Amino acid sequence: MAVQTAAPTTPSVDLGPAAGLSCRECGERFPLGPVFACEHCFGPLEVAYDLPAGDPEELRKRIEAGPANIWRYAPLLPVPADVADKPNLNPGWTPLVKADNLARELGVTGGLYVKDDSGNPTHSFKDRVVAQALEAARAFGFTTLSCSSTGNLAGAVGAAAARAGFRSCVFIPHDLEQGKVVMAAVYGGDLVGIEGTYDDVNRFCSELIGDPLGEGWGFVNVNLRPYYAEGSKTLAYEICEQLGWRLPDQLVVPIASGSQLTKIDKGLQELIRLGLVEDRPYRIFGAQAQGCSPVSAAFKAGHDVVRPQKPNTIAKSLAIGNPADGPYVLDIARRTGGAVEDVDDEQIVDAIKLLARTEGVFAETAGGVTVGVTRKLIENGLLDPSLTTVVLNTGDGLKTLDAVAPTTGPTATIRPSLDAFRDAGLAH
Amino acid sequence: MSVNVRIPTILRTYTGGRAEVPAEGATLAEVIGSLEENHPGIAARVLDDQGRLRRFVNVYVNDDDVRFEQGLETATPEGAGVSIIPAVAGGC
Repeated sequence: MAVQTAAPTTPSVDLGPAAGLSCRECGERFPLGPVFACEHCFGPLEVAYDLPAGDPEELRKRIEAGPANIWRYAPLLPVPADVADKPNLNPGWTPLVKADNLARELGVTGGLYVKDDSGNPTHSFKDRVVAQALEAARAFGFTTLSCSSTGNLAGAVGAAAARAGFRSCVFIPHDLEQGKVVMAAVYGGDLVGIEGTYDDVNRFCSELIGDPLGEGWGFVNVNLRPYYAEGSKTLAYEICEQLGWRLPDQLVVPIASGSQLTKIDKGLQELIRLGLVEDRPYRIFGAQAQGCSPVSAAFKAGHDVVRPQKPNTIAKSLAIGNPADGPYVLDIARRTGGAVEDVDDEQIVDAIKLLARTEGVFAETAGGVTVGVTRKLIENGLLDPSLTTVVLNTGDGLKTLDAVAPTTGPTATIRPSLDAFRDAGLAH
Repeated sequence: MSVNVRIPTILRTYTGGRAEVPAEGATLAEVIGSLEENHPGIAARVLDDQGRLRRFVNVYVNDDDVRFEQGLETATPEGAGVSIIPAVAGGC
């Protein structure tokens, strides 16, 4: 058996199609519970499903008739069937922007799209994953929601807890961007800055969870992680549905822990298995910041293990030096014919501005990483510009103003007169 | 060298539920050997069949991740705190 972290009660668990947990490393099965690592090999546990059988056309119609948020996919998620009736932030169904201007700049002819997840309630994709963890927390009887966070997650947990009537207490590195600190604090829960990097925060939370001090707490990305991570599948579902129930040929996905990329692949595989999309090849590309690129380094070196790095990059939401899902990312990139690439901080800022200038989408630094890596992959000949390509923007640029502020500002500052305007040379 | 080892919840079945246990050794490898003597079976949970640290186990000597140091050969000074932690992560 796996060791469970203490939950205050043991109610009967209704998490819809979720049938149990299985170890990604050794395959051992466990019952549903607040468990995150296999007792036999420490491998990560993930949700195993009894997915709906039957006519794909009926399932497709059922999904299309559902709410304009992630709960339209409730039959494929570890949530109860009545999830849409419970108080939560109802994230998802964010725009898939057809990025024709950006495509022209990058030389993409096969169709370029930006999945813009800045449109979520707390302006990052984290609302998708927290929404799953919240349902698991309800099912296991937790009343405090917590997390270790690079910033985005802290805000998403604070907001979800506020809506659902949970207490929240979240932990972040003490030196995060101001926007993220404010966004995490404003929802009224406890916010604790830890003197250290994200990996230090993570380590602290892992120790807290095994201590009586953390008893009865639902850490969305620790003891609720198997459920939480499933939320990223909804990005795959939405992208395919928004493309007209079609797989994209190529996807460019940011990598921090690597969880999102692996779950997007899982989501695509489920859609194929359910007959909701035609089974055809797709490539998944991973994107990292050069200042924290352990997965990219391993990919380029041909390794199947990831050597941890000490992060030093402006892309703080991706600054995880010891990515737990790194080996799986390598497997997926190689299996699908994709790659993992990285860009430096200057290229990240250039890419943020490029996306803003061409498509009116202001991405956070992680979006600069994916757009920058897309450009680099095209230049390297690794990404085929004649194929349909989807690039993820996982958060709002307002959260990382510090990154672009030094090189972005007014074109001119003038007196309020027509002469001054004419003299500034802007009258065209 | 005597050190204190923090045991994750997942391994406390081997330590009678104790969250922290003493161990002896001048290197991490020796400390794990000492743990195994007192809590049989625990080493096989932390090390793989080739005797290497399992890839989803993180071990810290004081505040240092041993993967940035000398791995199993990392020195464990007298009174050091050794933490064994399952790998988890947030971010994307």
